[in-house]
Amino acid sequence: MKEEDRAILEQNFQAKIDNDIRIEPNDWMPDAYRETLIRQISQHAHSEIVGMLPEGNWITRAPNLRRKAVLLAKVQDEAGHGLYLYSATETLGADREDTIDDLHSGKAKYSSIFNYPTLSWADMGAIGWLVDGAAIMNQVPLCRCSYGPYARAMVRVCKEESFHQRQGFEIMMTLAKGSPEQKAMAQDALNRFWWPALMMFGPNDAESKHTAQSMKWKIKRHTNDELRQQFVDVTVPQAELIGLTVPDPDLKFNEQTGHYEYGEINWDEFWQVVKGNGPCNKERVDARRKAKEDGLWVREAATAYAAKKKLRKQAS
Amino acid sequence: MNSLFEYTLRLGDDSLMIGHRLSEWCGHGPILEEDIAMTNIALDFVGQATSLLELAGKFEGKGRSGDDLAFLRFDRDYKNVLLVEQPNVDFGVTMMRQFLFDAYRKPLFERLQYASNKEIAAIAEKSLKETKYHLRHSSEWVIRLGDGTEESHTRIQEALDNLWRYTGELFYSDDVDKELIAAGEIPSMDGLEKEWRQTVNEVLAEATLKIPESDWQFDGGRKGMHSEHLGYILTELQYMQRAYPGLEW
Repeated sequence: MKEEDRAILEQNFQAKIDNDIRIEPNDWMPDAYRETLIRQISQHAHSEIVGMLPEGNWITRAPNLRRKAVLLAKVQDEAGHGLYLYSATETLGADREDTIDDLHSGKAKYSSIFNYPTLSWADMGAIGWLVDGAAIMNQVPLCRCSYGPYARAMVRVCKEESFHQRQGFEIMMTLAKGSPEQKAMAQDALNRFWWPALMMFGPNDAESKHTAQSMKWKIKRHTNDELRQQFVDVTVPQAELIGLTVPDPDLKFNEQTGHYEYGEINWDEFWQVVKGNGPCNKERVDARRKAKEDGLWVREAATAYAAKKKLRKQAS
Repeated sequence: MNSLFEYTLRLGDDSLMIGHRLSEWCGHGPILEEDIAMTNIALDFVGQATSLLELAGKFEGKGRSGDDLAFLRFDRDYKNVLLVEQPNVDFGVTMMRQFLFDAYRKPLFERLQYASNKEIAAIAEKSLKETKYHLRHSSEWVIRLGDGTEESHTRIQEALDNLWRYTGELFYSDDVDKELIAAGEIPSMDGLEKEWRQTVNEVLAEATLKIPESDWQFDGGRKGMHSEHLGYILTELQYMQRAYPGLEW
């Protein structure tokens, strides 16, 4: 393609974005836009799938039948989110299995929060409340993302995430008003998940290498720090409401700005977990890889059967 | 013996245990679509177990809730068939176990939906809708795996060979069933095994699988004598209720 033709296409593309016209799969788009979306959406899909593991860990030990059913439904929703998100990457020309292989090889990332262990039942509450709560902050603006299929997938995902957040908060509330040992369990879960939840919004704006371009393309609508602040502002009063203490001695409400000020995030920990040194990075990826390897014979059988069936149909 | 209690307990325990086994797959399925399907089916079974055990508690009349029955009995008091507590092993064993069970549950609920006992009938009617889908799903996999590759055929045939010994118990009948049938609470179960056998024959034939020749059949589950596996299921299932007795969650 001639350089000037490309320049015109790029101008038209940016003009659509600037006018809030959605980009659809068959529209021309710059390669970097396509690659950014494939990276972000597949990372998001992987997070949903890897995220099934820490919660799946407690299904067989859920304390009653209602909690068991709700947890199963929630984890099933996550698998469903993974499925639409992988489909969204396919509209950009990516292959689902290739992106999954990138997860298994460590090339593709997923949300670091899932590299922390779920040690007690209260973690099911903390994950719903904090992790799904943080995910909603990130994902609600994605419903207006410039790429149509991603934006539409997010509309459905966000509805379900908001149910997940409420059920998590309800678990925490029940524990917080329960016996002393239940309250201690809830507080311990908050202590362990609070900082990793704040890290879910990614590095500070000054350190975030993708933010400026993604905002220009309207893939992203708010910076990491804006979203993190919004999360803190919403979540701290919820903790107070149920009598739990946010584990940050520097946390205070600033009357003038109307926002909570919070302490320094341990970015060394963040980067260590991103690099693969979190408590469960190896277990999570190993579990996913094992599922794929153990399922190989099943997938091969399904393919072989489908081929036989087609041949028989042609023959008859 | 309180036959209504005992009967619904048996049905409830079957759902509880097979739901537990399926839920162990969550996050580890061979493909994402199957992770979703198995979780969804597990959820149906947890729902059935909840309704059935609640009803059993009501029939018992001693104030025990569905949760009390699910989480606070000792192994001898669980009355599920041995088939549903058998381990997942691999996807083939899981699907074969599911198929053999679904093929029994469908004609069972078809009868129970017309039970004069309205509460049992209502649960059966709702569960039947789910069971039809479960049976379609498990049959399709048995056929795919049986008539797929050489490896899948060998694996699923072995699954059938190992699980066949637990199928006779599905048709176990004692005074509990007889009394309820005689009292008109539930309909006759005539032809149940024949219908099961017909479904099994058709699906296994399409799957190119062979029914094992040995006629030896285990039982014991309905009387509370279980395999070694149940103890481990209960260890996980009951952990929270045993560790923190009497709390709300």
